[in-house]
Amino acid sequence: MLDKELRSMIGQVKDGRMDRRAFITRMAAVGLTAPLANQILALGGVAMAEGASTYKPTKRGGGGALKLLWWQGPTLLNPHFATGTKDQDGARLFYEPLACWDPDGNMKLVLAAEIPSIQNGGLAADGKSVTWKLKPGVKWHDGAPFTADDVVFNWEYAKDPATSALTIATLRDITVEKVDDLTVRILFNKPTPFWADAFVGAPNTIIPKHLFKDYMGSKSREAPTNLSPVGTGPYKFVEFKPGDLVRGVLNPDYHMPSRPYFDSVEMKGGGDAVSAARAVIQTGEYDFGWNIQVEDDVLLRLEKGGKGKTVYAVGGDTEFIALNFTDPNTEVDGERSSIKTKHPLFSDPAVRKALSLLIDRESVKKAIYGRAGRTTANFLNGPEKFVSKNTSWEFSIEKASKILDEAGWKPGADGIREKDGKKLKLLYQTSINGPRQKTQAIVKQACQKAGIDVELKSVVASVFFSSDVGNPDTYSKFYADMEMFQIPLSQPDPSQHMRRYLSTLVATKENKWQGTNFPRWVNKEYDATIQAADGEMDPVKRAALYIKANDLMYQDTVFIPVQHRLKVEAAANNLRPVVSGWANETDNLFDWYREE
Amino acid sequence: MSQYVLRRLMIAIPSLLGISVVLFVVLALAPGDPFSELATNPNVPPEVQAALRAKFGLDDPIHLRYLHWLNAMLHGDWGFSFVSRMNVDTLILQRLPATLYVIGSAQILALLIAIPVGVYAATKPYSLFDQIANTLAFVGFSLPTFFTGILFILIFSVTLDWLPFVYTTDIKGTGIHWVLEMIRQAIMPVAVLGLFQAASMTRFVRSAMLDVIRLDYVTTARAKGLGQAKVIVKHVMRNAMIPVVTLIALQMPAVFGGAIVTEQIFRIPGIGSLLISSILSNDTPVVMAVTFVFACLVVLFNLIADVLYGWLDPRISLR
Repeated sequence: MLDKELRSMIGQVKDGRMDRRAFITRMAAVGLTAPLANQILALGGVAMAEGASTYKPTKRGGGGALKLLWWQGPTLLNPHFATGTKDQDGARLFYEPLACWDPDGNMKLVLAAEIPSIQNGGLAADGKSVTWKLKPGVKWHDGAPFTADDVVFNWEYAKDPATSALTIATLRDITVEKVDDLTVRILFNKPTPFWADAFVGAPNTIIPKHLFKDYMGSKSREAPTNLSPVGTGPYKFVEFKPGDLVRGVLNPDYHMPSRPYFDSVEMKGGGDAVSAARAVIQTGEYDFGWNIQVEDDVLLRLEKGGKGKTVYAVGGDTEFIALNFTDPNTEVDGERSSIKTKHPLFSDPAVRKALSLLIDRESVKKAIYGRAGRTTANFLNGPEKFVSKNTSWEFSIEKASKILDEAGWKPGADGIREKDGKKLKLLYQTSINGPRQKTQAIVKQACQKAGIDVELKSVVASVFFSSDVGNPDTYSKFYADMEMFQIPLSQPDPSQHMRRYLSTLVATKENKWQGTNFPRWVNKEYDATIQAADGEMDPVKRAALYIKANDLMYQDTVFIPVQHRLKVEAAANNLRPVVSGWANETDNLFDWYREE
Repeated sequence: MSQYVLRRLMIAIPSLLGISVVLFVVLALAPGDPFSELATNPNVPPEVQAALRAKFGLDDPIHLRYLHWLNAMLHGDWGFSFVSRMNVDTLILQRLPATLYVIGSAQILALLIAIPVGVYAATKPYSLFDQIANTLAFVGFSLPTFFTGILFILIFSVTLDWLPFVYTTDIKGTGIHWVLEMIRQAIMPVAVLGLFQAASMTRFVRSAMLDVIRLDYVTTARAKGLGQAKVIVKHVMRNAMIPVVTLIALQMPAVFGGAIVTEQIFRIPGIGSLLISSILSNDTPVVMAVTFVFACLVVLFNLIADVLYGWLDPRISLR
């Protein structure tokens, strides 16, 4: 879309000639909707829309118990220490952020009184600061008032490396200052187009200063409140058993009207996804089951005449096959897959191109992911605004064979193609996980037909995803030709996600394989594009840059996207959960209710 | 007697030290990393991960780490969980009641079935009762618990809808309602485990009884005109129980250890499920503590078994 046209549309929305909905529909038509469409408006001078609420109950409480089943239960309840989403989910029952994301990627206010915009003075035009107004009258569960001091404290607490808070990454490069008791200002050291990171969403909830102030730095682990949270949320803490149970009761002083609906909440951990689906859908012992990554035909069978159903939320998670641009079989200075080498087969673009034609995404969807997957040609699949429309995918063994033939890869006596004495034999690794092994089998079969021999390897997830320097089977060492997994897009913005593949961040022995660019792909144009996007305040130009970055990856076949994966949850038939693909499952818990 | 116990305890110390060294080294060599989940989280920079590793001493050489651990253990500090960021002993104590209740009940159920059935089958070998008991015992220990567990769930929870299959530690209600609910939710796991144990134990009791029942002194007792019941209970059983006691004593640590598979299926928050989740998340301090507790229990119950022999058969000298 043309810059000028967009500006005039924003103008129309501003003076009321076009309504917000029409604007978003127009944007959708050109591939620019969802969370960041609203940020476009915010930066264009129109306030970001507040997510519409579907909450119906008119009085607080009376909903009985809400029983949640997390097959991996939370193991700790201090949001700053959360190592995985399960811990954030548990902490979010009690602690709250300033705002959270609704299913459409719109911002919903929680502890903030209004969404910062240029008009209300919340957003600086240069993108270097954002000012949040806090809701007055909010109280912690122990009765102490919630103020700007608490917000500032969270920043001080987490940015101290001795605290070893995992939220340090979000908070260390910003400055948080108190303007008055109910106003805080966040200063960025460079123009920041995506300003809604710190204190927004379940990973960034706020803990009380008065209970944690004596436990900063190296004493952080001694705080008694680590295990018995005192928050501002809809439920008050009752009991916590790591990995097993979190329990809370209704907070009668909750700051949102007629909420929460349920009198108590219980989050049970343990077991596996299939039996969790069974306990929710089939026997109805639980109201909600988290992250039901189960094959679709099993779910369909359970849903027949069951007491529950599956619920889907669209986010930006892409299951992909990454190709190794370096040689995993040659050792240089004691390092395999060294950046000093070139992959003997993949250095021929024709081989990469042919492989991308051999991934039968439609069959993978049909046989494995079902309703929980969408086929895609893109690595970056969300938010909508950033999704490229310039790409396409195809499954064709004939075309792949033709490309290989033309590039000089001729079938040998054993049917495997070869060129200059190099055979097309590939090692394809992934983590142990039912759907992944099935996908491997589908890919292997197609490759075989095209004369490519694929050896499959599966590694236990705890090893595959570990940062253990001594282990050769980690995804970051990448001692294979291709590997498959997904990297979750944890916020409605692609900047963190796309920055991983800068050529300066290649995983090497020198950086203990902690570099995030594991395909070891080096492309100067990509680097320039990402760097430009990082500082680009014009939302339209910025989106265009990320689309270009995605297209560069597509042209070079760095990643072969297998499936755009949706979040799958199980819910009782009468439960009305609000689940966003851009947030943790419990992020919108205050809006959940039961239809009588 | 007390000297014997003391001597045995002294021998136990070096063996426990040896066990702890082996455990520690194996765990240190095992692949994996407690902070692996951070690796794919784009929001967490590698430096944070490195700082955490340093903070929890993961980068120290192994012998130093062992000495730290041993020193702390001697002072009663069981370690600090990487994953939960709380003390390991608190974690274990939280899990103990569920394990003791469920696995303990299962052991009692197994004994209640195995001893009468085994004894009765041995008094009438190759009778119809013996044949049936044998067949069921074979079926019982051939079926793994994960199979019977899922079968029970499908029958009693899904089809009949009688029993819950998710074990909850916080049952609402008080008094008799609470007790009934506790029993109701434990029926399936206890039955699965108890029947499995009972099957092998029945076979064991039966063969131990058969060994003794043919001995001359039993014939003598019968010749004296003692009644069948008295002969079996006072003369045969007491002697036959010696190997059974060994078996039970060696199984006792397993009671504390929980049954990993069964706990996983029924979501019982016991020590077994704590161990498995800690292994999966590479939470080494917890794994170390739990396995070391097992080792101590094995040593302890061996000792108890030895002492019990002396009581059951005074001929076994304790010198």
